[in-house]
Amino acid sequence: MANPTTAGAPVETTHAATPAPFVPAAERGLLVVLPHPDDETFSSGGTMARCADAGVPVTYLCGTYGDMGRRMGRPAFANRESLRDIRERELADACAVLGAEVRMLGLRDKCVEFEDPIEVAERVRAVIEELDPSTVVGFYPGYAVHADHDALGLIVQLAVRALPAGRRPRLLAVAVGDQEANRATLGEPDVLSDIAHTVDRKIAALRAHRSQTEAMFVKWDEDAEDEQGKAFRDRLLGGERFYLLDPHHVTGYERNRP
Amino acid sequence: MHPIDRDAVQAELDRRREQPVYLHLETTTGSYTALGPDKKPPVIAFVRNAQVTYARGVVTGPGPYRVGLKLQDGWVYADGLTDFVVSERDELLLAGHDHDGYLTVALQLSAQPFREA
Ligand SMILES: [Zn+2]
Repeated sequence: MANPTTAGAPVETTHAATPAPFVPAAERGLLVVLPHPDDETFSSGGTMARCADAGVPVTYLCGTYGDMGRRMGRPAFANRESLRDIRERELADACAVLGAEVRMLGLRDKCVEFEDPIEVAERVRAVIEELDPSTVVGFYPGYAVHADHDALGLIVQLAVRALPAGRRPRLLAVAVGDQEANRATLGEPDVLSDIAHTVDRKIAALRAHRSQTEAMFVKWDEDAEDEQGKAFRDRLLGGERFYLLDPHHVTGYERNRP
Repeated sequence: MHPIDRDAVQAELDRRREQPVYLHLETTTGSYTALGPDKKPPVIAFVRNAQVTYARGVVTGPGPYRVGLKLQDGWVYADGLTDFVVSERDELLLAGHDHDGYLTVALQLSAQPFREA
């Protein structure tokens, strides 16, 4: 079988010049599919809470338990073996704040790219079919920095592609890291979600992911971030940006690795 | 976890000698190094639930500490270890943490396999 992760030369789609607003009232359901507990809050927490406020069902299908993370809290309260259960509880708390139901794929953290993508895509497809969301959020393959992000981003794309044409949700992709570099290649994000009314809950959900965010909040609370840290915080608490992804347009996701 | 007590860790290593034990050995820079000022690629490796038997296991160094396990056909080695704990499942967990509390290295031994997701 051809390896779909490397097939074909990467060609970028051109995205819109001005982002369209994200409108919860226009949604039938929101399904977020990302690999780690906390990816949902960082990338889409404000948007998830907006949908929940509008009575739109929100589900987070989380790929792994984040059990290979290296952040253990500050001061450290987790270790390699306790981290799995701690992050599972943190995720439950964060998603309770955001108004989202949690489901798990149960993959091993850091190992998503070594699974058979077709097999995992089939499981994701079944969840999409069951929940029938109007929008699915995944990572933008090739623009998501972490290998698990890129790999699951591609898997979500394959899952949406496997659905019959009339049953395909809109696929929104999150790009991570250097936003200027992403813009230079991808153009402006297609969709902008104004999270002004839900940013407090996004912050509460970030705090719920305590093992992963405590070090960040120590810096925020002491106002001790560097320039890069400040820019990250402004972006995190500003609007949430998404690229509209054509499920048939599979990029070579390993291309952007350093 | 607690700061490494060499005598306590040595006793734990001695207690696990000459019997098959499951090993978790890991070192990690984290996956986001490319976002740092030096744009370095991540360097990460782990082995989980490989079975080893060692005749001699020693913890050494002034802190951070090193551990070496002498196997019949080779070695297990880790440097940079700062903290340890024996878990409720009787796993010996040794780890190194940097000044931010991030895990940099781990060496763990257990008679039972370590949990999988
Ligand atoms: Zn992640």
